[in-house]
Amino acid sequence: MLLEQIINGITLGSIYAIVALGFTLVFGVLGIINMAHGEIFMIGAFIGVLITSVLGLPLWIAFIAAIGVTVILGYMLERIALRPLRGKQGVSHLAPLISTIGVSILLENLSHHIFGAGNHPFRHSFAQIQFQIGSITVYLVQILIFVISITLMVVLSYWLSKTKAGKALRATAENLETASLLGVNTKRTITTTVILASALGGIAGILVGMAFNSVNPQMGLSMGLKGLAIIILGGMGNVKGAMAGGLLLGLAETMIVAYGDSGYRDAVAFITIIFILLLRPQGIFGKNTAEAGR
Amino acid sequence: MLKVTDIETFYGKIQALKRVSLEVEQGQVVTLLGANGAGKTTTMKTISGLLKPKHGTVEFLGENITGLRPDQLLRKGIALVPEGRAILSSMTVMENLEMGAYHRNDKEIKRDIEEVMSQFPILKERKEQLGGTLSGGQQQMLAIARALLSKPKLLLLDEPSMGLAPLIVADIFKMIREIKENGTTVLLVEQNAKQALKVADYGYVMETGKVIINGEAKSLLEDSRVVEAYLGKKSS
Repeated sequence: MLLEQIINGITLGSIYAIVALGFTLVFGVLGIINMAHGEIFMIGAFIGVLITSVLGLPLWIAFIAAIGVTVILGYMLERIALRPLRGKQGVSHLAPLISTIGVSILLENLSHHIFGAGNHPFRHSFAQIQFQIGSITVYLVQILIFVISITLMVVLSYWLSKTKAGKALRATAENLETASLLGVNTKRTITTTVILASALGGIAGILVGMAFNSVNPQMGLSMGLKGLAIIILGGMGNVKGAMAGGLLLGLAETMIVAYGDSGYRDAVAFITIIFILLLRPQGIFGKNTAEAGR
Repeated sequence: MLKVTDIETFYGKIQALKRVSLEVEQGQVVTLLGANGAGKTTTMKTISGLLKPKHGTVEFLGENITGLRPDQLLRKGIALVPEGRAILSSMTVMENLEMGAYHRNDKEIKRDIEEVMSQFPILKERKEQLGGTLSGGQQQMLAIARALLSKPKLLLLDEPSMGLAPLIVADIFKMIREIKENGTTVLLVEQNAKQALKVADYGYVMETGKVIINGEAKSLLEDSRVVEAYLGKKSS
């Protein structure tokens, strides 16, 4: 029973981690909280519903379609909502944040309009496949989610630490001016970052649809707030922190539902944050310096 | 090689440069002197593309490069080591050097990094350390080494000796001489006027956003206005 709950927790946690990675990438490079990230995630989930349940196409097409749509959304977010505000005289530093809130409201209402307000099931034959290992039941979906999440994290970490484009992204995150003096086209790097983050959100959307078999237009908000909680927990702009924070929160929530009161599920995220911030204000992996905060 | 004509740069409504013109010939070290707030750094930022001038032109190797971005200018051969060094403090020394060669695609990058590290043994010793853990002098060397790895035709150095101990300042000026001997043209902003004029071929003196004096470095060393304002009477 405990082992099963741990598996559930890890499944949920790895999805949280992917959502948080998207937040942390954008925060690291642009220094803003992308409040539309949760809604991009929700759109990704709806694309999954559309492809698998409505059109009856296989799951891999759903992944490709969700990535495609969220990449376009990410590009539009950067070009329409963020870039026009950047580097302009007299624009408040809060303006991009407000702008992303605007995009999130737009996307939520758009999906209300198109898909309706209710829950949409995420039907696919895949969800029923399960194994019995001793007394524990494991769903194939859980394994798939875990494998996809771990793969994404490993690939992203490798990309950031070893490749030229990854290093350019880190340089841009640390200092935009320095990166451009070193030859980095920072505009392109920023666009890449927002697109990458959005695609991660889209993938997480499908994974959530698969795991919980339910998709609705409001799911973006709570996921967005949790993603935010996770990057505060893990350390703002920190990739490792996003992963660890995601897993921690997923496990904590699952345990509360299993052994405590399921009504407190969402409260756990924020209680955990309060505790962590009391003990380590910079987050679990955050550096205790001013420069790391940017 | 570099020809700046009548540039005027603004910070919002505040005019920082008033019709600044200067020229740098190939193979020279040219120095830009002046007190704080004279517009030296603004001039450097305008040449390197960090700031865009409202009026005037910047020409490089006969091409009008006014208003291009820093990453585009780097590809044309202009590298700036900014004031305060701008080390990527959360990246390792090695990664900083690799970023110096970011725009290059040739096969000699590895060899060039090796060469730079043999030139600056301290960088080799600390190559796995984060840039932010180096001392000021080491950071300045890393910043210059990093800029050299982009293989610039024109290297802009903004106050390389600022905040460094006298012994290290001497090292930095030795480096500038070596850079010149290797055929790279240098535009140097300095507060340390005497040392700068000794290494330079030509000099410009700025005051409140304007160039007020220019001439051969040797003659500036003896120019009474320069001596009085920047070299101190006793030093001549």
